[in-house]
Amino acid sequence: MTATTEAPLSTKRRKSTSARQNLFGWMFVGPFAIIFLAMLVLPIGYALYLSLFQKSLIGGTRFVLFGNYVKAFSDPSFLDGVWFVITFSLVLIPLQMAVSLAIALILDIIVTRFARFSRLMIFMPYAIPTVIGALMWGFLYSDTFGPLAELFGTFGAQAPDFLSRNLIFYGLLNIVTWQWAGYYMIILYAALQGIDPTLYEAARIDGASQWQIVWRIKIPMVAPALLLILVFALIGTLQFFNEPKILQDLAAGSIPNDFTPNMYAYQQAFSLANYNYGATISFALGAVVFICVYIFLFATRKRGSIFS
Amino acid sequence: MKTKPVLAAITTLALAGALAACSGGDGGGGTDGGGGGGDASNCTNEIKNPDAPVVTLWAWYPNSETVVDNFNEANDDVQVCWTNAGAGGDAYDKFQTAISAGSGAPDVMMVEADRIAVFQAQDALVDLSDLGYEDVKANFSEGAWKDVSVGDGVYGAPIDGGPMGMIYRNDIFAEYGITPPTTWEEFEATAQAVKDAGGPYMASFAANQPAAVTALMYQNGAQPFEYDPANEGEIGINLNSPEVKEVLDYWAGLVEEDLVGTEDQFTPEYIAGVIGGNYATYLSAAWAPGYLQGAGVGEGADEGVWSVAPMPQWDDGNPIAINWGGSAFSVSSQADNPELAAKVAFGVYADQASLDQGWQEQIIFPLNVTVLDSQEFLDYEVPFFDGQQANKDVYVPAANAYEGMVYTPLGQFYYSELTNQVAAIHDGSATGSEAADALQEAVVAYAEEQGFTVTQ
Repeated sequence: MTATTEAPLSTKRRKSTSARQNLFGWMFVGPFAIIFLAMLVLPIGYALYLSLFQKSLIGGTRFVLFGNYVKAFSDPSFLDGVWFVITFSLVLIPLQMAVSLAIALILDIIVTRFARFSRLMIFMPYAIPTVIGALMWGFLYSDTFGPLAELFGTFGAQAPDFLSRNLIFYGLLNIVTWQWAGYYMIILYAALQGIDPTLYEAARIDGASQWQIVWRIKIPMVAPALLLILVFALIGTLQFFNEPKILQDLAAGSIPNDFTPNMYAYQQAFSLANYNYGATISFALGAVVFICVYIFLFATRKRGSIFS
Repeated sequence: MKTKPVLAAITTLALAGALAACSGGDGGGGTDGGGGGGDASNCTNEIKNPDAPVVTLWAWYPNSETVVDNFNEANDDVQVCWTNAGAGGDAYDKFQTAISAGSGAPDVMMVEADRIAVFQAQDALVDLSDLGYEDVKANFSEGAWKDVSVGDGVYGAPIDGGPMGMIYRNDIFAEYGITPPTTWEEFEATAQAVKDAGGPYMASFAANQPAAVTALMYQNGAQPFEYDPANEGEIGINLNSPEVKEVLDYWAGLVEEDLVGTEDQFTPEYIAGVIGGNYATYLSAAWAPGYLQGAGVGEGADEGVWSVAPMPQWDDGNPIAINWGGSAFSVSSQADNPELAAKVAFGVYADQASLDQGWQEQIIFPLNVTVLDSQEFLDYEVPFFDGQQANKDVYVPAANAYEGMVYTPLGQFYYSELTNQVAAIHDGSATGSEAADALQEAVVAYAEEQGFTVTQ
């Protein structure tokens, strides 16, 4: 008898304890959850809702279900923008990774005061806001204010105009690499510092050269960090917006309003008052990013890294 | 390994969220006053009579603060709360956002004539016909009223205009022994002569100034648009007419011959070029001297090197006056009290002290006929033009002969596309005629997508 009455009591106590624990759990999660819901989930839901309607100056707003998405994926402005950011990523990311990896490897080997100073200097561009960085490069590329004209002038050559339609790709490539290589370098450098030095010792005893250590130990060991950088860079580049938007003020002819998908979404929403189509482009771009990242992760799934 | 696709999904979701927050968030969340638009407690100026009702105003005239102070001191029954929400495009984007959101717009907004139809089509502006228009009708020319009207409605109080003239460097003209060309044919010949003598570019044909390019089209008798909101949903688009093609082909020719520059205007690079004498002329509006002076042009060694002549013409016997820019004060449909707002729109920058400061410092070219007709204004020897009576010589005749343009709700898109096409002309990927055809095609497609019935 006693046993039967005790059992429900203990479960009750256990229940109330777990309920209290649950409550505490929710309280801890609460602040984040509220902000997450209000700032992320709700706007996403609202944008999704908006993207299902079509708005025109004559005739107002009407429900079209996925009509906007059909339009987006056959809209040359959007598709050209997507193509641009994809080609840009294909050139930029390997370049950025090569630069940051090379610097990180060099800084990992040299241990002098100069190395610390260099590390700081190379990281510095990342500390400069992208807007200011882009403005600064706008001046550096300038024929009148920049050093390029003078530099090329000494050899009697015409300086390339990195803001012209043909060269803007390289102009932007340089700005983004300059801005981000330092940041990626720090991530890789930290990963390199985390490698157990006994590995090098063992390798040296086995007769490995410095190059062999770099290729066979260091790079494979930082492969997960490289992968992380790659995903960051891919997502960031597909969303390309700040730098071209800033440089547009200096080179409106080279950077049209549909230069990248994000700029196109901005134009639709804020200049042409078409929030519905702007939201559609945002979601369509989100889909493209998802597909690109997924393809990439799928391709590298087995060995965890493309380098090992 | 399994965590990676999950991680990817999360990052992608976060990304979509960041994007969606850009596009959707602002559409729904403008209720907090949208950067001080509808919020009367956030004025840049000081309210002189705290008991009077307040009307909010967005404007970017360089002397806005003085103008607003003048108004506030003279009026007991209403006070203006002024904010500078950015010049031109920035301010329009903010206003547009507030309009879409349904709140956050100021009561009175400074709007350039070419944007009025854009906002009017979204019912963002109040028709001022019955709100004081009759009282001030006589103060402005018919062309000035036409520019701020859409159909039968009046949607703005005209303030300043931009009659165009050919500003030129008299030192460069003297050096190469040339005189101001009066026709475009002469303009090209002069440009060639200057180039052959090793001189600078004759002018610049900028991609980022579609309003100026549109004015040049009008000068050849082109009528790119027909629009009257009374005929709901109908619009006429003739951007590939022979007149437009002739103008674009002409400029494409100058670009190809390397007779004109292709740099964007209003950039530091361009101003440096203007100061450095890289361009013999600057085809621009009456407000240009004020702008150039603000940027440091015409000072020191450059003092007195500028003169102005009437624009070159296509047909000397039948000159057409054109206009670039100029602004009005419009009343937003979000105004709590449209009567009061209209009083502000018609009253701000209408008093003598403000107008005098405006034209004497060349901040504006006023459209108020009390100024335009005054002898003092006509005879004014403009310091920037080395004492030339520029108003009498060039600007007042141009302003009087100006017949107005037709602006449409497609303005924003049209400008963006025209910029693309001028850029295509610059890099030689399109001739002027091809650019005109592409422009027509794109604007017609956009108009149809927006539900208009297009006549071509």
